[in-house]
Amino acid sequence: MTRAIKTVGVCGAGGTMGAGIALVAARAGFKTISFDMSEGALDKAAKQSADFLDKSVSRGKLSGDGRNAIVAAMSRTTSIDGLRDCDLVIEAVFEDLSIKRDLLGRLDDACAEDAIFASNTSTLSITEIASGSKHPERVVGMHFCLPAQLMKLIEMSPGILTSEATFRTAWQWTEACGQMPVKTQDKPGFILNALLVPFNNDAIRAVEAGVATPADIDRAIKAGLGYKMGPLELLDLIGLDTQVRLCEAFYPITLDPRAATPPLLRRMVAAGLLGRKSGRGFFDYQGNAMFGA
Amino acid sequence: MKYAFETAGESRSFPNGDAFLNGAVGRDQADVVIYSGPRLAPDPRKTVILIELGEECLGDHIDDDNPAHANVLGFARYRNGDDPPSRLIELVRHPKASEAAIAAARDLFAAAGLEVSLCNDQVGRIINRLVVPKYNAALRFLDEGLATQADMDLTCKLGLGYPDGPIERVVRGGLAPYYQVSKGLFEAFGTSAFAPPRRARIAFKQATTGTAPAER
Ligand SMILES: NC(=O)c1ccc[n+]([C@@H]2O[C@H](COP(=O)([O-])OP(=O)(O)OC[C@H]3O[C@@H](n4cnc5c(N)ncnc54)[C@H](O)[C@@H]3O)[C@@H](O)[C@H]2O)c1
Repeated sequence: MTRAIKTVGVCGAGGTMGAGIALVAARAGFKTISFDMSEGALDKAAKQSADFLDKSVSRGKLSGDGRNAIVAAMSRTTSIDGLRDCDLVIEAVFEDLSIKRDLLGRLDDACAEDAIFASNTSTLSITEIASGSKHPERVVGMHFCLPAQLMKLIEMSPGILTSEATFRTAWQWTEACGQMPVKTQDKPGFILNALLVPFNNDAIRAVEAGVATPADIDRAIKAGLGYKMGPLELLDLIGLDTQVRLCEAFYPITLDPRAATPPLLRRMVAAGLLGRKSGRGFFDYQGNAMFGA
Repeated sequence: MKYAFETAGESRSFPNGDAFLNGAVGRDQADVVIYSGPRLAPDPRKTVILIELGEECLGDHIDDDNPAHANVLGFARYRNGDDPPSRLIELVRHPKASEAAIAAARDLFAAAGLEVSLCNDQVGRIINRLVVPKYNAALRFLDEGLATQADMDLTCKLGLGYPDGPIERVVRGGLAPYYQVSKGLFEAFGTSAFAPPRRARIAFKQATTGTAPAER
């Protein structure tokens, strides 16, 4: 590795992704500092992480000593200055360009001259986020999948100004964590979301066009292609409101008609049908009846 | 349920050697008649008449308004190009199809261990309508240098749990047959998402002219 990574900071570590990323780092033996602006979020994440580790022990996937070592490697802070000693800082704060740019500017002041900054953004440009730092050559895209502590894939993307050394060091760090990195250009949605978001929209449009019911579409995709989940079941899990937000992030920058929010999706969200979290989306999670059937 | 299988050449859904063919009986004893090729002879006495479809619609074979066609349905067992047939039967209905015919077709295929998805008579049915824009995007991304083929396929397998990646899948099934599927959808829908991708167009040209790119 060009720069030895010993201490890792995670910004937004009280959130869904940040908490998982902190576990990935600590599990690989890195001193890990969880930073979040919300103390309550950090507390909640610490409890969830402890539960996850306890479950790993009870399932025989982790030893008791291993668990204790991971917990000992983790600390938390609500002050950005607490990230001072980090060699690598991964941000997983809200998906908002101005918040991420502002955070990078503050990390410039808080961290060492040669610290590396990685962004877990799903939809924003790495180059635009990096423009918030005085050292864009030290900023790289590092997109984990949900849940980060279980999913091995990481999409690694250099911004226009990212240095080769930064990219290489960050890549090697992901490998040291036992993850599987793939390299993508800094383009909207990288690989995963660039393929998935429009595909899911196409499935919604097929329902709207009366091609088949949601259940028939999902069954076809599973039996025909061997996917574990059908697209409509997956959308219910992701949340239909989240899909609207993804469309609203992608369509204005790509102008890809497949990324535009399908009218049926908007109507369902307006009606409060958000998927599993609201009890009904394309499928009904109380009665198991099908939407529109 | 007894079924007759009327073929004119090999069926794409049930190729020679498929166990399903062994169960067929003569047309007179059958409750169900499956047509794979020959011209439809309506027979309202049969529980259901099934027409095997290629890329065309059921409406290319029947007249929806003809009451004698109420027991006629279309079907295709999904195949990724030249890959062996999958477990999926796309069962195609028309607006006036009888529910009894649909139920009988479902029972017939379920008894053969197949999964049935019912769909209306639209171009591309379910699978091709959904996968072609995605595979086309993946092939375009490859041309644009978004990532390597290996990384795109690995991303879909690791990140989405797919059994195979989009590009390895299209290449395995055959880019030349894929070109024709994509072209048919493009002609029907007219949107760029269905436009045949460069790699498929070249593969088709090569397959039909029998020349390698360098020889042209
Ligand atoms: N949720 C997913 O499925 C998923 C998957 C991959 C990537 N992502 C990306 O990860 C990032 C986080 O997503 P999430 O779903 O975990 O969000 P979340 O809302 O669960 O968590 C965000 C956390 O960031 C904290 N935060 C926000 N602004 C901050 C700041 N300026 N300083 C410190 N802490 C701050 C919040 O308090 C919160 O705890 C986003 O960029 C998102 O696009 C999300």
